[in-house]
Amino acid sequence: MARRILFLIVKELLAVWRDPRSRMILIVPPVVQLIVFAFAMTQEVTSVRMAVLNQDLGTESRDLVARFAGSPYVASVRALRGTQEIRPALDSADDIMVLVIPQDFSRDLAAGRPATVQALLDGRRSNAAQIVEGYAERIVAQFNADRAAEHDLPHPASVLVGRAWFNPNLTARWATVPGLLGTLTMLLGMVVTALSVARERELGTFEQLLVSPLAPVEILIGKAVPAFLIGIGEASLILAIAVFVLEVPFVGALGLLYAGMAVYLAAVIGVGLFISSLVATQQQAILGAFTFFAPAILLSGFITPVENMPDWLQPITLVDPMRFFTVIARGVFLKAMPASEVAQNLWPMAVIAVVTLSAAAWLFGRRLR
Amino acid sequence: MLQVVRDPSSILIGGILPLLLLFLFGFGVSLDLRNVAMCVVVEVPTPEASSFAASFGHSRFFAAREVRDRRRCEQDLVAGSIKGIVVVPATFAADSVRGGPAPLQVLVDGSEPNTAGLVQDYVQNLWRNWLAQQQAANASAPAPGVTLVPRIWFNPAHVSTDFLLPGLVAVNMTLIGTLLTALVVAREWERGTMEALMSTPIGIVELMIGKLAPYFVLGMMAMALSVGTAIVVFGVPFRGSFAVLAAVSAAFLLCMLAFGLLISTIARNQFVASQAALIVGFLPAVMLSGFLFEIASMPLPIRLLTYIMPARYFVPSLQTLFLAGDVAAVLVPNGLALAAIATILLAAAARVTRLRLD
Repeated sequence: MARRILFLIVKELLAVWRDPRSRMILIVPPVVQLIVFAFAMTQEVTSVRMAVLNQDLGTESRDLVARFAGSPYVASVRALRGTQEIRPALDSADDIMVLVIPQDFSRDLAAGRPATVQALLDGRRSNAAQIVEGYAERIVAQFNADRAAEHDLPHPASVLVGRAWFNPNLTARWATVPGLLGTLTMLLGMVVTALSVARERELGTFEQLLVSPLAPVEILIGKAVPAFLIGIGEASLILAIAVFVLEVPFVGALGLLYAGMAVYLAAVIGVGLFISSLVATQQQAILGAFTFFAPAILLSGFITPVENMPDWLQPITLVDPMRFFTVIARGVFLKAMPASEVAQNLWPMAVIAVVTLSAAAWLFGRRLR
Repeated sequence: MLQVVRDPSSILIGGILPLLLLFLFGFGVSLDLRNVAMCVVVEVPTPEASSFAASFGHSRFFAAREVRDRRRCEQDLVAGSIKGIVVVPATFAADSVRGGPAPLQVLVDGSEPNTAGLVQDYVQNLWRNWLAQQQAANASAPAPGVTLVPRIWFNPAHVSTDFLLPGLVAVNMTLIGTLLTALVVAREWERGTMEALMSTPIGIVELMIGKLAPYFVLGMMAMALSVGTAIVVFGVPFRGSFAVLAAVSAAFLLCMLAFGLLISTIARNQFVASQAALIVGFLPAVMLSGFLFEIASMPLPIRLLTYIMPARYFVPSLQTLFLAGDVAAVLVPNGLALAAIATILLAAAARVTRLRLD
């Protein structure tokens, strides 16, 4: 029995490798995606384009504007000539922020009265607007602190100094790349299981396998093991690019990441085979795979945190293997996550793998009769 | 047309899948921080320290736990079960209201940079409010200086659904447009029915109109369904006009349909066509359209790449139509870009189909 399964595994691997088109699909897109998305998926806001309507004639306001222009995050500061220019500037989405400095700004400050500056932000890009607002707050706070020191005034409200662990400069790529490891591995795992079985079924070669002396469980193993080996190989390639080309720090234990990857792949392959055991055509398989794949990415916490989701939705994320793998990947990459924490996220994936694989085996067996 | 109605998978792609995605994404993709698990370390519970720690409890953004020793929650930061630690040192009371760098330390989890940045900003705001209250209570004069008064136009409450859903509608349309045509047409090539059509005396233009028209109708219906759901279920405001929306959507849908036709004609195989639709159509629509990630922050080569993505023009158009209104300065250039891309893709699809048939 072991020999028969081994033959099937070798046959599957050869079938994938000999077809130049499937070889292409396995290697080129994941690498290109990894590199493009690693640089594209950043919620950081740099190169801010903003405008200023300065109605004040004093030096204080000029100093404040110069601070904005000098900020490393700001690409350009355009001067507006009147209030009528504010709306077009924001409407056209040319500027994400318009700063309005009132005409008695310098006078108020000189007299020791508090002054206000309005920041109008483009809420169509709400997240970016919120981040730009944070930058503006910091620039104004620094302006106040420097002025106070200069004029020997009582200190204004003190500024908190934050420190980010694991990723001191909050580099988005460091968090994105471990997440992409999960995404691309899942994409691949679904392709080599759900779609390939469906294709064989359409071509009739799957029926030939079913009438061969192989038991359904053996066929299932024969399909799952090659997919697993391909997945591990692919993930290793991604890992190598992540560490050596994209220079994401890897501070944890490699063995723990591979343990996580193995269980994750088993779960993904289980879902893929489960879908393939339900469908009859490739088209249905693609749709089925997609219906699983798209929500699995979005609900995994990779793009937005799970805690932000409504309470009724959070339990649903518990059936998403990627949710757990994202925690492991980020943890092992950046935080040197200890084995006990990894195990906490490992067992739910193992449960998903066991349930989906046995369901697939049962369905394959039932189809036979 | 009958073929579309009879094929259950067209209904699935055109009707159920977009609704499912819109619901899941609409609820699931949220950038609004809520109940962020935090740990507040109060080394010595002086009245001031306790009052500041308590202010975390009153905030709807945080769900804070109070401990005495910071070592007790450092492990949780590694595990990811808390997003930040605020350390209130023993020296807190004496120097809390004086200026300079605050005596507090805020440690955040950098493995989620966006959340980490927002948590820092929110703690900063909380701190500033607390200080203002303290000063008001002590009747001490407010420190003179500049106050920034932010006002968010178009989306004053910072509701992330309001700006994400228009983007999601675009992602949905990409999916429907490319996947539908790519799959269906590739299946026809696989089964040889495309060649059968060729043998009838139908011109290439008629053939393409015949192939695309039903999916165009289906796509526009899915669009109406998505927009309706966004407005009615999620309560996203719609401030533009529906005529402009229909025009921009039609241009975008044509881009997607032509693109789907193009890849399926080149691939002639459902497996490759679906992969291409996913890799070249769907994922860039999520990643490179500016709907979640700022295009201006991307490196130059990737920024250039976004210019050939139709979704890059569609997402800002939708965001403007929903939240701002009919702003010609946004809609005209983006609409023209979409029309140009649609023309190029349709011409390319016609050419490739003719080459294949000859």
